[in-house]
Amino acid sequence: MNKNNSSKITAAVLLILLFGLVIFLEQVIRPTDEWAMLLSCLRMGSVYALVAVSMNLLNGFTGLFSLGQAGFMLIGAYTYAIFSIPLDLKDSVYTFYDYSVKISFPEVLGNVFGGFGMITGVLVSIILAGIITAMAAFLIGLPVLRLRSDYLAIATLGFAEIIRAVFLWGRLGPVTNGSNPLRRFTRTSDFTMDVGNTTLTLGTTTIMIIAAACIFVIILLVNSSYGRVFKAIREDEIAAEAMGINLYKHKQLSFCISSFFTGVGGALLAIFMGTVMASNFMAAMTYEFLLIIVLGGIGSISGSVVGAMLFVFASQWWLRWLDSGIITLFGTRYILPNTIFRSGFRLVVFSVIIMCVVLFFRRGLMGDKELPYYWNKLKSRIMARKPKAGESNG
Amino acid sequence: MAENVLRLEDVTMQFGGVVAVNGFSMEVNKNEIVALIGPNGAGKTTAFNCITSVYEPTNGRILLNNEVIAENHPQGKMKDLYKGENKGKYTKVVKFTPDRITRRGIARTFQNIRLFKALTVFDNVMIAKHMRAKQNIFTATFRLNAKEEKRMQEETMVLLKEQNLDLYKDHIASSLPYGLQRRLEIARALATEPSLLLLDEPAAGMNPQETQELADFIKQIREQYRITILLIEHHMDLVMQISERVYVLDFGKLISSGTPDEVQNDQKVIDAYLGVVEDAED
Repeated sequence: MNKNNSSKITAAVLLILLFGLVIFLEQVIRPTDEWAMLLSCLRMGSVYALVAVSMNLLNGFTGLFSLGQAGFMLIGAYTYAIFSIPLDLKDSVYTFYDYSVKISFPEVLGNVFGGFGMITGVLVSIILAGIITAMAAFLIGLPVLRLRSDYLAIATLGFAEIIRAVFLWGRLGPVTNGSNPLRRFTRTSDFTMDVGNTTLTLGTTTIMIIAAACIFVIILLVNSSYGRVFKAIREDEIAAEAMGINLYKHKQLSFCISSFFTGVGGALLAIFMGTVMASNFMAAMTYEFLLIIVLGGIGSISGSVVGAMLFVFASQWWLRWLDSGIITLFGTRYILPNTIFRSGFRLVVFSVIIMCVVLFFRRGLMGDKELPYYWNKLKSRIMARKPKAGESNG
Repeated sequence: MAENVLRLEDVTMQFGGVVAVNGFSMEVNKNEIVALIGPNGAGKTTAFNCITSVYEPTNGRILLNNEVIAENHPQGKMKDLYKGENKGKYTKVVKFTPDRITRRGIARTFQNIRLFKALTVFDNVMIAKHMRAKQNIFTATFRLNAKEEKRMQEETMVLLKEQNLDLYKDHIASSLPYGLQRRLEIARALATEPSLLLLDEPAAGMNPQETQELADFIKQIREQYRITILLIEHHMDLVMQISERVYVLDFGKLISSGTPDEVQNDQKVIDAYLGVVEDAED
């Protein structure tokens, strides 16, 4: 028990240090720096991590092969955007329609409580995004969750496409702005705090903290009695039912909770991107998350987080030079031949890397184990290599 | 007068044109061990699946503690196809799902072991405790159910200790030897706090010594948990040793019932098991 507590404290301290570092970096790095990419990747990575973890809750822990993530993120992103555009800016966004949602939570609360109220308003919008996504998931789940495996995947994929089509529908223009993008809502650069004479920029930190809090809740859920039941459904539906578990109810629970967090992820994506457009939420987006959870390990939460970070950093930053053909190593700038180093080459290399990972790590980078497991394994291996004084190797 | 725990009345199960169970009636009294035997394909497991609502019987009625848990009559396409007996005797339709049957106190094991393979022994039993726990997803996630969770864990430990599985508590279920997997499956079924336990071929794949241990084990859990047991079995020595009454099915029909001795000497049962020499008169 004591050992358990001490490892929890270690984890908490590490997390606080990490966030401290992020806050520090955010003050130091200017948007024009080359290192600004680091912050951008951290933001995108944490959003992707959250969505991947919530997808893992469904696909890895409950064993429901669902491919509706892009659709649910779209609902989350739109809900957040619609409820966060300040009223006086709405006319400039809804150029072809009379906007019908006449409230903006960050603005309303921000006017009353200042900067703190703005953050609260953003949180309200984000939670609303999650709730509306969960409600949509509930309705979709009514017919869809009676299907199994591949059929479920096909049906959810279809519903995701339907959601996209509905949001592009002109008749809903007063709410969704039709096929035009939503802009000018509260975004990353708006999260600032005045301390004395200096202004702290906290956009990256805010996104990371919200994502981390959501992932923490999912970890709690997975380790609770309900998490065990989800795993039981994954292992054997018939046996689970014989143990008195209402399959439909628990599948629906898992589906709605996963969608809630996917919706929150969509809202965070909106904050990060600054504009929301339904046509961006294609099925290809879902495959990115599927790729992440397969790479990280199906049924491993830390695997999904690591997978998401690696995916985002590699595809957005580390492999950029393959496209541009320009690489800076130790201060020297090299220009590579543009016969192969041209746009698109990055994706080729990326696919090769993924194939290698799949070939050599059959069950993903982490399997279905979590980080502490590997940490303990590493520790015991180091212990074994260095026998204590007085002990013989007999 | 013995109290009925389970009563089947004219239960018929027809799949397309095949009548798997035909007009089967049986009674199981409180605290009894009753065996259901029959050659392969006689419809024993189908009868089990009807009792646990995995299948919905085509015709007939099933009562648990004098309360109807399944009732049906041929309808729709089955109306013309129906080949069984007692057509028109039952008019109501009562349907349950397997989880609700378990909630009402029938627990079962499976012919081919169905454990949650990748989970630990401890978790396997904890999952069975979930059904009766007083909690919801919110309290469970935010650990507001600590008392309930602790109670579940303690009860699980007690149960594992009683079944001599406590040493294997952190083992992955699929890594256990076969006999222990059977035992774990029974422990898991007991964790749902049943009043009636259905065992589907508990001795399948066991050697004579293991079978003997199982016989003692079954008797012991009956005494300990004061439950009623209905089992399907092929090992005749086990059946004859522990069961108080035996029902014999053949081609879906009840051909004999009574005490083990009566059934053993019934010519129909011997014929069903050994086959009848058709041209004996020549």
